[in-house]
Amino acid sequence: MKTSLAGLKKGQKAIITDFNIDAIPLKLLEMGCLPGNVVELLQIAPLGDPIYINVNDSHVAIRMETAEEIDVEIITDTI
Amino acid sequence: MAAPTIKIALIGNPNTGKTSVFNQLTGLNQQVGNYPGITVERKQGSVKLPGNIKGTVIDLPGTYSLNASSIDENVVIELLLNRNDKDFPDVAVVVTDVENLKRNLLLFTQIKDLEIPTILVVNMADRMDRKGISLDIPYLEEHLNTKIALVSSRKGIGIDALKKLILDYKNLSTEPCLNASSIDPEYFNKLRNAFPNQLLYKLWLVITQDVNFGALERNEIQNSSFTKTKSELKRLQQKETIKRYQFINDVLKSGLTVDSSKAKDLRAKLDRLLTHKVFGYIIFFCILMLIFQSIFAWSAIPMDFIDESFTKLSSWASKSLPPGKLTELIANGIVPGIGGVVIFIPQIAFLFLFISLLEESGYMSRVVFLMDKIMKRFGLSGKSIVPLISGTACAIPAIMAARNIENWRERLITILVTPFTTCSARLPVYTILISLIIPNRMALGFFNLQGLTLMLLYLLGFGGAILSAYLLNKILKTRYKSFFVAEMPNYKMPLFKNVAINVIEKTKAFVFGAGKIILALSIIIWFLGSHGPGDNFKNAEAYITQQPQYMNLSQDEIDNEVAAYQLENSYIGIIGQTIEPVIRPLGYDWKIGIAIVSSFAAREVFVGTLATIYNIGSSSDDEATIKQRMDAEINPVTGDKVFNFATGVSLLLFYAFAMQCISTLAITKKETNSWKWPLIQLFGMSTFAYIVSLVAYQLLK
Repeated sequence: MKTSLAGLKKGQKAIITDFNIDAIPLKLLEMGCLPGNVVELLQIAPLGDPIYINVNDSHVAIRMETAEEIDVEIITDTI
Repeated sequence: MAAPTIKIALIGNPNTGKTSVFNQLTGLNQQVGNYPGITVERKQGSVKLPGNIKGTVIDLPGTYSLNASSIDENVVIELLLNRNDKDFPDVAVVVTDVENLKRNLLLFTQIKDLEIPTILVVNMADRMDRKGISLDIPYLEEHLNTKIALVSSRKGIGIDALKKLILDYKNLSTEPCLNASSIDPEYFNKLRNAFPNQLLYKLWLVITQDVNFGALERNEIQNSSFTKTKSELKRLQQKETIKRYQFINDVLKSGLTVDSSKAKDLRAKLDRLLTHKVFGYIIFFCILMLIFQSIFAWSAIPMDFIDESFTKLSSWASKSLPPGKLTELIANGIVPGIGGVVIFIPQIAFLFLFISLLEESGYMSRVVFLMDKIMKRFGLSGKSIVPLISGTACAIPAIMAARNIENWRERLITILVTPFTTCSARLPVYTILISLIIPNRMALGFFNLQGLTLMLLYLLGFGGAILSAYLLNKILKTRYKSFFVAEMPNYKMPLFKNVAINVIEKTKAFVFGAGKIILALSIIIWFLGSHGPGDNFKNAEAYITQQPQYMNLSQDEIDNEVAAYQLENSYIGIIGQTIEPVIRPLGYDWKIGIAIVSSFAAREVFVGTLATIYNIGSSSDDEATIKQRMDAEINPVTGDKVFNFATGVSLLLFYAFAMQCISTLAITKKETNSWKWPLIQLFGMSTFAYIVSLVAYQLLK
């Protein structure tokens, strides 16, 4: 299922398919947030923003506004 | 002839234990300063290498890559691109975390492209077993064209081997790991032909970064046919990043094996607890309370001791040294001035003890995660919460705590607004004013009105901070677009050595940085308060003893009268009287004016100064006496009480908002490296205070 990174639920894994490069900090790319890599949503902050992801073994927190610019394809669902 | 010193640069991602490696190499032989003109901390130390060779180690700011997104990261690039820099390293030591090797190697491959001799340190090697990680070192050394030191900086393992590799740096390969120019061969060929003498990767970095680069003019490149749009450049940077990861993945496929069945992850469990929507905030709140308790209550014990010792030293000096100007300067100017610096040490040490523990353990990143959304609205960072809360004890350590905010703009806003929070020095002023103007009564049966007022003043402080942060956020321009990407490092047991060095360094930075300014300014204020122009000041004692109404007073009472008369005629007294027209609309007379001017050194001086002016002797600490005297003070023109409700409220508001603290100004100067920001603080806050007090008095009188 295609969605944006912001649309993932806690514990879901997805593959990054594409992103709006002009709206993504280079730092995030360098941490491994690149097309083809697997990303897992680990935590959502209690107030709904930011989110905490694991991509390419990098554990990073990003804001929703950034996550919305990253397209993903969901691969697993955890219950 | 002494052997030349080897220059070593420590480079690495944040959270790789780079600072631990630095501490292991240099011990306490460190100097911490600032890079000229900017506020980035510059850490340098010396290391003894085998064979009595000396080395200087520079601990460069942590960075994820050579593509800078902050002034901290710029420092790294500017140094590595400039071979003429006096600090240009003979050898680069790239520190990586074995658990994040893949990501950490990105920076490594970039540095290799600059053809600097490079050693790869794989840190936290003691965790390999537990995490099921094994490395094929000879394979990795061959394919990465480097020498590898397996190190555990926490346990001090592998440091000697690293020192040997450093010593042998001339035998390191300077061959790049990969050919980055293949991402756009045509473009890079053009570059190569235009600047045949320059390293290609260096050219690429100069084009994509905002760094100063001496020999090569940026404009020269930009105005040539190499212009590409920002978006095109970023796409190329993305291609470059993908290419580097391809290379790294290929190397690690054979060089690194992870037996994931062995990896037991504590992180997930702790994360669930610490970022929980209820427990997360409760735990954070408890930790804040603990910090608050320590800087408020525990540090009071050493602070009282310091206060007493310096008072004793001061009176001892004035008694034992030969009387004269010099003794006065020492006993009443220098000794209390130094005391005024030393008194802050316990609070600073306590606060930084906790902050280093939080940083080292990895908890601070979770706080940022929890608080970011709330603080973001006001242009602050999740990390700003620590300075803002610590500010209730004292703004000095609080402003220093803002160092942990990476984003310069968020850090600046935090520094600028922190002094609004109600610090402990405001308490004596608040208590006495509240007890004068607010009846000690219960409202609604159980709220003590006086307590309620005090609480209101605390809220007012926080409100002032948040509101001004909001305004500053709208006003301040920034060179870097603020993106939020926060690494959530793994949890670690804090290392005693790192915490101790951090506490010592921060305390030293305060004493020798802001301390100098505080000392100088408090000597000036002492001078202005104890000297005056003309004969009135000099002949105070003769004048008082001649007045018939003072004839029957005891020696002590006469002394008090003399002190009051002297203060009136001192420079500060004259300033206080001169500013009376300006402060009269706020409901203050010239005596309050004097107290305001002299409390510029520290707010709590307000009470003591009033005590001196009202001839009850500044030594009398008896609050009740001061209060009675203040309550009895009558305005000669109107016949009203001087400290009536309107004046009291006006004064409370003035002290809530005005920048009445030279120590805070000094630390802001130190932390922002410019007089611009403390001056903005001074005039901004004091103007605001003036307007608010003016409105309040005019409405209430």
